[in-house]
Amino acid sequence: MVLRFNRKQLCIPYAVFLVLFVIVPLFVIAYYAFTDGQGKLSFENFENFFLNTNTLGTLLYSFALAIVTTFVCLLIAYPTAYILARSNFRKKHVLLMLFVLPMWINFTLRITALKEILSALEGNISAYPFLNSVIGMSYDFLPFMILPLYTSLLKLDKSLLEAAADLGGNKFTVFLRVTLPLSVPGIISGVTMVLLPSMTNYVVLDMLYNSTYIMGSLIGSYFSAYDWNNGSMIALILLAIIFVVTLVTDRFSDKDTANRGAVL
Amino acid sequence: MKRIFCYAWLGIVLALTYIPVLVLAVYSFTDASMVGAGISGFSFDNYLNLFRNDELRAMIFGTVLLAFVCAAISTVLATFGAIGSFYSKKLTKSLIDTANRVPVVNADIVTGFSICILLIVILRISKDTFIPLGIGHVVLTAPFVYLSIIPKLRQMDGSLYEAALDLGATPAQALFKVVLPQLIPGILSGFMLAVTLSLDDYFITTYTKPSTFDTISTYVVNATKGSQTEVKTALWALSTLIFVIVVVVVVLMNVLSDKKRRGAR
Repeated sequence: MVLRFNRKQLCIPYAVFLVLFVIVPLFVIAYYAFTDGQGKLSFENFENFFLNTNTLGTLLYSFALAIVTTFVCLLIAYPTAYILARSNFRKKHVLLMLFVLPMWINFTLRITALKEILSALEGNISAYPFLNSVIGMSYDFLPFMILPLYTSLLKLDKSLLEAAADLGGNKFTVFLRVTLPLSVPGIISGVTMVLLPSMTNYVVLDMLYNSTYIMGSLIGSYFSAYDWNNGSMIALILLAIIFVVTLVTDRFSDKDTANRGAVL
Repeated sequence: MKRIFCYAWLGIVLALTYIPVLVLAVYSFTDASMVGAGISGFSFDNYLNLFRNDELRAMIFGTVLLAFVCAAISTVLATFGAIGSFYSKKLTKSLIDTANRVPVVNADIVTGFSICILLIVILRISKDTFIPLGIGHVVLTAPFVYLSIIPKLRQMDGSLYEAALDLGATPAQALFKVVLPQLIPGILSGFMLAVTLSLDDYFITTYTKPSTFDTISTYVVNATKGSQTEVKTALWALSTLIFVIVVVVVVLMNVLSDKKRRGAR
């Protein structure tokens, strides 16, 4: 038998898979978020989140932790990526590998290592929950910030910098008015890769003995309590945040830097 | 002066990155039960325990098996998906691209939770069948394979496929003998990425796994809550082993791609 097909049809299995296991689950959580345990329409889950100071506090704490973490990562990653991209090392990409290699080591093991060091330094690590969580998250996500920044800084046209310098810009002006604006796509994709996970990755907090909840911990605790409806509401709120962030960042980002696998 | 500052900065960042992992590596060869505690002697017990302890051995084997099986499924599914969508009408392509992007930008915890609700709560598929876990990991990894294939399709000469057909190849032959070989670098890096994503995953696994099954991530998280020193220090050995494997793989890939580049010149 000769197999007859049009090459366009090759996408059918994947398209069906995406619909069943990516699109349908989104509708399912939307349905669960606005119904009660009996399947009746209900805004109770919505009120449980938005009329409760505890859960709103969780949202705020998540934002605070995520923003501080993102800022710390940016502060460390930008100079690193800048030096790497502008250096005249013959094998820049090998050096870059050194910086992003940790992202292929299981993150729970890396946090374990960090926890041992922090315990040795601080004694009782539960005394500095916020600080340790920021350190943990930054340690976990730094490679994901360095990578897109490096990609966008590497692509930067050197002649633009020379032109700016020729036109009388000093080093600081050239950086501020040429390099920085041109690296915005890299900054944006780095920020999205750090901001969203650091709102949800409660495992880092758990492992570093920070008992304060972030948005992810709420889903975790509803999951343990088999409370699918309230859990779905939290998932839906996270989805909404992700959707807004994606809409905003899509205006700036360029696609090359957005791929986690770009380095492979 | 400026140069020294630059090197110093890179050095500090590298040191911060590697000190925890390396200190743990050193301690993994001792009998100490805490980092910072006095070392009374060197031993390989932690490494031996990794293979002697049935639970640990099963957990490591399960994690690796899951990663490779799911990465293989993802690779097949997403490679054909990418080829099909690349040559489809604009609307179809952009619909698939958008759906493909959802798990990429979405938080893993939302992906995992939503799959758990659909498959386990609504469809009542037992967690013990490993079906929810498998599907979860394919949802996590396939979109990244898709994203690493698409650029290779763009680079490929589109008329090769037509030429093969004109020369009498069946569509299947044209696909397997002409198109796929061109995509091999993308397929390989997609597969590798899928394996590493699956190995690293915690959230999708927790929400879909059978209660008796653990991957490295879920096991480590549970172990840090427990107080079994033997398991804790064995995990230091595991961390060191994984670190060495990652370094070896990265070095090998660099050497290989360097050779290829030189060969092409």
